[in-house]
Amino acid sequence: MTRPTFPAVPASPPESGPEPEQRGLRARLVVTRPSFALDIELDVAAGEVVALLGPNGAGKTTALRALAGLTALSTGGHITLDGRPLHTLPAERRPIGMVFQDYLLFPHLSALDNVAFGPRCQGVAKAEARRVAAALLERVGLSEHAAARPRQLSGGQAQRVALARALAVRPRLLLLDEPLAALDAHTRLEVRSQLRRHLAGFDGATVLVTHDPLDAMVLADRLVVVENGTVVQQGAPAAVARRPRTDYVARLVGLNLYRGLASGQQVKVDELLFSVTEQLDGPAFVAFSPAAVALYRSRPDGSPRNLWQARIEGVERHGDNVRVHLDGPITAFADVTPAAVAELDLTPGRRIWAAVKATETHGYPA
Amino acid sequence: MTSTTPSPARGFADRPGRGAVTGRLPWALVVPGVLGLAFLVLPFAGLLIRAPWSTLFQRLAEPQVLEALRLSLVTATVATLVCLLLGVPLAWLLARVSFPGRRLVRALITVPLVLPPVVGGVALLLVLGRRGLVGQWLDATFGISLPFTTAGVVLAEAFVAMPFLVISVEGALRATDQRFEEAAATLGASRWTVFRRVTLPLIAPGIVAGAVLCWARALGEFGATITFAGNFPGSTRTMPLAVYLALETEPEAAIVLSLVLLAVSLVILAGLRDRWVTSP
Repeated sequence: MTRPTFPAVPASPPESGPEPEQRGLRARLVVTRPSFALDIELDVAAGEVVALLGPNGAGKTTALRALAGLTALSTGGHITLDGRPLHTLPAERRPIGMVFQDYLLFPHLSALDNVAFGPRCQGVAKAEARRVAAALLERVGLSEHAAARPRQLSGGQAQRVALARALAVRPRLLLLDEPLAALDAHTRLEVRSQLRRHLAGFDGATVLVTHDPLDAMVLADRLVVVENGTVVQQGAPAAVARRPRTDYVARLVGLNLYRGLASGQQVKVDELLFSVTEQLDGPAFVAFSPAAVALYRSRPDGSPRNLWQARIEGVERHGDNVRVHLDGPITAFADVTPAAVAELDLTPGRRIWAAVKATETHGYPA
Repeated sequence: MTSTTPSPARGFADRPGRGAVTGRLPWALVVPGVLGLAFLVLPFAGLLIRAPWSTLFQRLAEPQVLEALRLSLVTATVATLVCLLLGVPLAWLLARVSFPGRRLVRALITVPLVLPPVVGGVALLLVLGRRGLVGQWLDATFGISLPFTTAGVVLAEAFVAMPFLVISVEGALRATDQRFEEAAATLGASRWTVFRRVTLPLIAPGIVAGAVLCWARALGEFGATITFAGNFPGSTRTMPLAVYLALETEPEAAIVLSLVLLAVSLVILAGLRDRWVTSP
């Protein structure tokens, strides 16, 4: 237990540190259980924020716990941080900071002593540890709550104390498990932007687990989408949002997504032929927004469109509009105005024509 | 949500569990129930009625009484400390470390709970007696002899009372969120530091409750004490032994001693109920 002690204010990385290409996290996380298998590769550069995004039970939290050393890796797994192996160390020896979903602030300690806990464990003298903690609490804007017990703090305040506590150990890898999930919508907005600012000021690697696409888009430099224990898609938030590769991601970003076979500017999805603007060949995805779907009582004439006959499965409110669930050769969502619902008599069970312009249909290789 | 203004519509009759809807109380349950209550409460009433109130303080001040009381308090307290020192780590092992035979060990720990204390005393004699397995060696090597000494009283009481502490603390350990300990580990705390600075404060109420139960059990210990430590005034004659003895020679003294033990029990119960048992 001889971790170096650091000053409270982040210093520039040491001159004699690892080579630039070695800095950051390189990991293959393998966790095998009777009912579940996780196997993902994860590379995070120093200073980069990567969000693990996925549905419940996908293995995101298991991945985070494996990085922290709270869950053992199975054979084949390894973790390297700044060029040094991490998976051989127990949790308490890893240079990590972790923010838990419900924060897990120690209920018997004040906010200040919660933050000072890590430095104390590293052997920092009590007065110095408290000084470090006070500086961090000031950075997250909670100086006046230093003496408060966790139960006296609001959700947003507790979240910031948890962040300060994780940063107090001067981690090289910051792990955040659903950091905003326990907050109400209004607090969330505020804490999200603060968290973004603090993450931008952190020079180590950050891995963030969330099931909220907005949190992921705002906080992360890169998304890694995990489903059923494997990575199904990764890339910059904008790229993932524009070109989803699974139904889960498509639903997250609010797009209709189909997989088909392309030739030229046409993609065949089941029995339907979609015209797209891109030149494609072979397996391809077709994506379009629910707002791009137009609905007609009778077959429309005129401009060449992607057209099919659908059955209305259900109708629900969606923001200011109405989302119509369509069944037929393909299942799709269409967003229409409440006026259109009345005018077209869009009731469940009715047959209807659906159309999407080729210019609003986005095709890309699968 | 938590408005304090009473809703006028909700009357007495709306409340569930009142006779109106449930019909007549069955006599087959009420009669034995009330008899059971009387059976439990009447002996205490008898104790209070027959107590020699006029000479109470005089009798309490008698040297033999004070001696027995002092010995009881000291031995029960030391026995509780021994239980804390050994029982808390044992509870931690049972709750936090998985080892082969853990279920068997947990079952073994509860044996002193159900075992007649006299049998416990005999067992202690067989192991720690002057000719016992360990006692023989203790006597030969260090010249230490435990039976029929005050230390023997402490051992007998600790043997009988420790399960109360272990079970209470283990329950508290199982009830605490282990993720607090994980959070401490991610902050660089070794397992010992985690125990000292996180686990122990979190289970403190459970430890106090266990210690109080343990102390009360030690205070009332009779069977194992008289078997293993004997009945020597000043060194091993604790309150319960003194009560038993006094009953044959001067019953009034026995009543006075019993009243003292009853008072101590009631104080403990009240303290437990207010602070630890019903606290959220």
